[in-house]
Amino acid sequence: MRVAAVMARYVLKRLLSAIPTLFVIVTLAFFLMRVAPGGPFNQEKGLNPVIKANLERVFHLDQPLWKQYLIYLNNLIHGDFGPSYNLPDFTVAELFSSGLPISIQLGGAALVLALLLGGLLGIFAALHQNRAGDYTVIAAATAGSTIPTFVIAPLFQLFFALTLKWLPVGGWGDGALVNKIGPVLTLMLPQLAIVARLLRGSMIESLRSHHIRTARALGLSDFSVVFRHALRGAVLPVISYAGPAAAALLTGSIIVETIFSIPGVGRYFVEAALNRDYTLVMGTVVVIAIFTIVFNLIVDVLYAVVDPRVRYD
Amino acid sequence: MSPATVGRSLWADAAARLRANRLAMVSLYYLVFMALLCIAGPWYAPHDFSTIYEDYTRVPPSLSAYPKADRIGEAVADAARRARLDVTGWEERDGRVFISLAATKPIDPRVTRYFDRSDVFDSAQVEGQSSDGRSLTLSAGIQRTYFFFGTDSTGRDLLTRTLVAGRVSLSIGLLAGLVAVVIGVLYGAVSGFAGGRTDEIMMRIVDVLYSLPFIFFVIMLVVFFGRNFVLMFLAVGAVLWLDMARIVRGQALSIKRQEYVQAAEALGVGPAGILLRHVVPNLLGPVIIYMTLLVPQVIILESFLSFLGLGVQEPMSSWGVLIAQGAKNIPSATWLLVFPSFFLTTTLFALNFLGDGLRDAMDPKDR
Amino acid sequence: MFRTTIKGWLAGAALLALTASGACAEVVFNRGNSADPESLDPHKTSTTYEANILRDLFMGLMVQNAKAEVEPGAAESYSVSPDGKTYTFKMRQGALWSDGTPVTADDFVFSWRRLVDPATAAEYAYMLAPVVNAEDITAGKKKPEELGVRAVDPGTFEVTLNAATPYFLEMLTHQSTYALSKPNVEKFGADFVKPGNLVSNGAYVLKEFIPNDHITAVRNDKFYDAANVKIDVVDFIPTEDRSTAMKRFEAGELDSNDDLPTEQLADLKAKFGDQIHIGPYLGTYYYAFKLDKAPWDNVRLRHAVSMAIDRDYLAEKVWQNTMLPAYSFVPPGISGYQPRPAVYASQSQLDREDEARKILTELGYGPDKPLKMEIRFNTSENHKNTAVAIQEQLKPLGIEVTLLNTDTKTHYAHLEQHGDFDIARAGWIADYKDPENFLALCKTGTGNNYSGYSDKDYDRLMGEAAAAATPDARMLALSDAEAIGVARDLCVVPLLFYSYHNLVSSRIKGWEQNVMDVHPTRYLTKE
Repeated sequence: MRVAAVMARYVLKRLLSAIPTLFVIVTLAFFLMRVAPGGPFNQEKGLNPVIKANLERVFHLDQPLWKQYLIYLNNLIHGDFGPSYNLPDFTVAELFSSGLPISIQLGGAALVLALLLGGLLGIFAALHQNRAGDYTVIAAATAGSTIPTFVIAPLFQLFFALTLKWLPVGGWGDGALVNKIGPVLTLMLPQLAIVARLLRGSMIESLRSHHIRTARALGLSDFSVVFRHALRGAVLPVISYAGPAAAALLTGSIIVETIFSIPGVGRYFVEAALNRDYTLVMGTVVVIAIFTIVFNLIVDVLYAVVDPRVRYD
Repeated sequence: MSPATVGRSLWADAAARLRANRLAMVSLYYLVFMALLCIAGPWYAPHDFSTIYEDYTRVPPSLSAYPKADRIGEAVADAARRARLDVTGWEERDGRVFISLAATKPIDPRVTRYFDRSDVFDSAQVEGQSSDGRSLTLSAGIQRTYFFFGTDSTGRDLLTRTLVAGRVSLSIGLLAGLVAVVIGVLYGAVSGFAGGRTDEIMMRIVDVLYSLPFIFFVIMLVVFFGRNFVLMFLAVGAVLWLDMARIVRGQALSIKRQEYVQAAEALGVGPAGILLRHVVPNLLGPVIIYMTLLVPQVIILESFLSFLGLGVQEPMSSWGVLIAQGAKNIPSATWLLVFPSFFLTTTLFALNFLGDGLRDAMDPKDR
Repeated sequence: MFRTTIKGWLAGAALLALTASGACAEVVFNRGNSADPESLDPHKTSTTYEANILRDLFMGLMVQNAKAEVEPGAAESYSVSPDGKTYTFKMRQGALWSDGTPVTADDFVFSWRRLVDPATAAEYAYMLAPVVNAEDITAGKKKPEELGVRAVDPGTFEVTLNAATPYFLEMLTHQSTYALSKPNVEKFGADFVKPGNLVSNGAYVLKEFIPNDHITAVRNDKFYDAANVKIDVVDFIPTEDRSTAMKRFEAGELDSNDDLPTEQLADLKAKFGDQIHIGPYLGTYYYAFKLDKAPWDNVRLRHAVSMAIDRDYLAEKVWQNTMLPAYSFVPPGISGYQPRPAVYASQSQLDREDEARKILTELGYGPDKPLKMEIRFNTSENHKNTAVAIQEQLKPLGIEVTLLNTDTKTHYAHLEQHGDFDIARAGWIADYKDPENFLALCKTGTGNNYSGYSDKDYDRLMGEAAAAATPDARMLALSDAEAIGVARDLCVVPLLFYSYHNLVSSRIKGWEQNVMDVHPTRYLTKE
C-alpha cells in the first residue's frame, strides 16, 4: 500500500516535470532548427525575391525570430501545430493523425514480437551457454542486427513478393494484413537481435547469482527458476533498452516506410528536416518528446516493479 | 594481498578465460586480420580506389582478366565512334588488335589516342594510311585488367574500394563506439549511483537530447565547424551514448542497493571509489554486449550522415555507403551489395563473438 | 491455394483494387508519380508531380492533348487583336464544374486575381507576368482588381497583355492558370482543397487523398467530354523509392511510373522492353562558375574546364543514355529557335582537351601550380556519379578537383545567397516551351543567376527580344543573347539535356511520347 502510494506520487511528479522538459525541448529545437542554413522556400527552381517575400510574409517568416518563437509557442499552447509548409493542404495535426496510428500499429507489433521472440531466444542461448544452440542463436541474432534494414527490405520484397508472389511489394492497402507483414518483420529483426543478445548476457550473470543457485539447490523446477527468478534479475538491461527503442519504433522508420510505401510518420522525421518544413519539424519534435518522456517513465516504474531494490525517494 | 596483485590476477584471470574461448580467439584474430587487410590491402591492390575505368562500368566480378572476348569488338566500335570514324574491319593477332578505319575526310593520325585512352587497349600505333588519308590501319595492344570484385556504376574497382571503405568504417566504428561508451557509461553510472535530484535532472537532459532533431544538430555542426572526420565521430558518438547511458543507469540503480556496495559504503569507501571499484566493474556485462551492438548502428548511421553530406565525401567511401549503394542495385548488380556486406557482416560477427567472449571472461560472478 | 487466399485478402481492399482483378468492373489506372503533390490548390503548386494530377482534375482555358499540342479547353475558341495584346476567349458551352454549375468567365477573373494576389503567395504568380499589372500586383504595388482581365459577360473572358507574347497560349495550359469555382472557394475557405469539397472542371474529380499513400480521382460525369473518358478511376501513387516502384510495376501494382533508377537501365530494358519510354525533355543540367571569384572570372579558364569535360561519357556511361550531351543552354525541340552552342561542340574531345591544356599552360597552371576546383552539388546518386566522373576527367589535365555535397536546401540557399564556391551544380526544367524561360536565368540580378553573370549586351538583347515586333525577330534576339551569354561567356556550363523516362505498362494505350512529357489520363485507355 505504502509502496503504491510512493509510486503514484513519483509518477505524478514525473508527469509534472514533463511540462518544463517539453518546454526546454521545444525551445532548443526551435532555435536549433533555425540556425541551419536554407529555408522552406529554397529549391532547385529558385523563387524570385518578390514571390519569396510574399511567401515569407504569409508564413510570418519575415518577423524577428523571437516573435516567431512566441507566435509558435502561443499556438502550441492552444493545441495548434500550424499548417505544414511543404504540404499546405494539411495541418501538422492532420498529418500526424493520419500517419501516427499506422506507425504505431507497425512499430507496436514489431516491438511486441521483438521482445517475445528475442526474449525467448536470449533465454535459450543463455541456458546453452557456449554450446551449439547458443552459437546458432547468437549467429542468427548477429545477422539480424548487422544487416541493415535497407538491405533486408528490398530482399524481402524480391523474395516474398516477386518470386513467391505471396505478398504485395508495398503499399498500405488500407491496412490489409498482407501489407503489414513485410514492414513489421523488417522493423522487428534488428530489435529482436538486440533484445536476444542483451538478455543472453544478463541471463548468464543472473543464473550464476547466489539466489538462483539457492533456488536451484532448493529443488525448484527449471521453468520456475528461469522464468520466475532468473529472468526477473536479468531483464533490467532489456527494459532500459526497450524504453527508447519503443519510442523510436512507434514513431516509425523512414527506411521501412519509403521502401514499403507505407503512409506512416517515420518519413517526416527526416523529410521535414531536409525540407526545412519548420512546423512539421516542430511537430515531430513534440511527438518524439512525448513518446520518449512517457516510455522512460514507464521504464523507471518497471525498474521498481522487477527489482524491489530500486527505489525512488 | 595488496590491491595491485588483486588487480593483476583479476585481469590475468579474465585473459586466461578469454584465451580458452576458441570462438572468441578466432574472432579476435579475424578482426586483426581484417584491420591489417584494410590498412595494407589498398597499397597492394591492382587499382587505385578512385580510378574510373570508363570501359568497365558495372562489370561483374571475375577471376579471369578483362576484356572478355566479346568485349574487344565493342571496345573497337566504341573508340571508333568517339573518333567519329567507321570501322571497316578488325582482327586479333599475337595479342594485338589490328583495326581498319575509314572516314569521308582525311584521318588525323592522333586517333591512336582514342584507342590508348580506352581501358581495353594500349600502345596504339598507326600501321598504314591510304594516300588520300581517308582510310587508316592501326594496331593496339590489349590491356589485361583484373576485377576480382567487379566494378561499380562509375567503373571503379570494387575490391580496392571495399578495402579503403573498411579503413573508414573500422575507425569510425571503433572511435565513435568508444566515445559513446565512455560518455554513456560515466554519465549513466553517475546518474544512477547518485540518484535523487541529480538523477532526475541528468535523465531529463537525456530526454531532451533524445527529442532534438538529429539532422539539424548535424547540419549545424557542419555549418559551424566545417566538415571533417573527427567531427563525424563526435556527431555519431554524441547521439549513441544516450541509449548506453540509460542502460548503465538502470544497472547502477540496482547495483547500488546490492549488499557489497552497501558494505563498502559502511566501511567508509568514498562515492568515487565505490563507483569505480564496484559499480563500473559490475556494469561491464551489459556494457560490452551493448557496445558490440553499437558498432553496427554507428556504421549504418555513418552512411546516413554521408548521405546528408557530413560523412565521407566521394571518392572516399565507407562500408555503409557501399552497402547502401549496393542495395539500390539489386537484383541487377548483386556484387555491389554482396562484397561490402560480406566484409561488414563477418567483421561484426567476429566483433559480437569477441564481445560475448569478453563478457563471459570478465563476468564478476564467475570469479 | 495460398495465393488465392492472398488474392481474396487484397480484393477485400477493394478501394485500392491493387490487383485490378477485383470484383468491380471499373477500369482503375494505378499511376506512379515520383512524389505527392505539395498542394492540390492549382495556385499553390509548382512541380510536375502536381501538374500530372491537376491536369486530370482541372481544365485550363487551353489544354494539351495526348501529343502535348495546345488545344482549346475551358475556352471553346479565342481571338487575338491585331497588335497581339488582347485575347478574347469564348467560354465552352456546356462546360460544367463537378457540382453541375457552369464554368464562367467570372471564375477565371476570380482565379487569376487570386493567383497574382500577394496574400496567396503563389510560387508561379509569374506565369501571368505578361498580363497588364500582374507583376505590380504581386509586388504589392497595385490591387488584384487592377489585373488586366475582364468578364465581358459570363461567356466571354478578355485578357490584356503588356506586349504581344507568342507563348501566352502555351502558358494557359500550365496548372497555375487553372480556374477555381468562386462560390466553392468562398464557402470552404482554406479547406476547399479537401476531398469532397474540391470542385473541379476536368475529366476527373478528387475522391480521396491519403498523404504518402494514394490520391484517388474518379471520372467526372459533368465533364463535357465524359463520354470519351475511358478510365474510370486514377490512383496516383507516390513512388519516392524508385527501386520499389520498379518492383511494384513488375508485380502489377502500378501501371506506370514517371521515373526509373537510371543506373539500372540496361537490366530494366532487358526486363521491361518497350514498356520503357525515354525521350528528350525540355530541361538542362548545368554547372555554374562563381564569376566574381578569381580565377573563375577568366573566361578562357572557364572554357578550358568546360572543354575538358567529356559530356559523351557523362551521357552514355553515368546516365546510361537517359541524358544527352549539351553544349547550349536551350535544348533542341523549340520550333523557330536556333540554339547557339559553343564553338567546340563540333570538335572532337581530343581537340578540346588539347586546347584546354594549351590554355591552362598559357595561364601558368602546371604541376607546380595546379588549378584547384571544388564542385558543389546537392545530394543525389546521379549528381554524385556525375561529379566523380568529372573529377576523374579533369585529373589528367592537372586540375585538382574536390567534391562537396550538401542537402538540397543547404545547397540552393548557399547559391541563392551567393555564398562562396568554385563551381556548382544546378538544373532547369522549362515551364513552357520557350527559350526565354532558360535564358532569363543569365539576366543581371535574376534570382536563379547563381554565377552572378552580368553583361550589358546580353541584357540589351533580352530586352530587344521582349519588345520584338515579330516572333522571328524575337527568336533571333534570344539566339544572339545565348551566343553571348552562354557560348562566349559561359554564364552557365551546360552539361546535359534532360530526358523523360517513363515506364508504362503495355496494357495502357494512347500514351504518346512528347517533349513536354504530358500524358493526360482522359486520352488513355487500359486493356
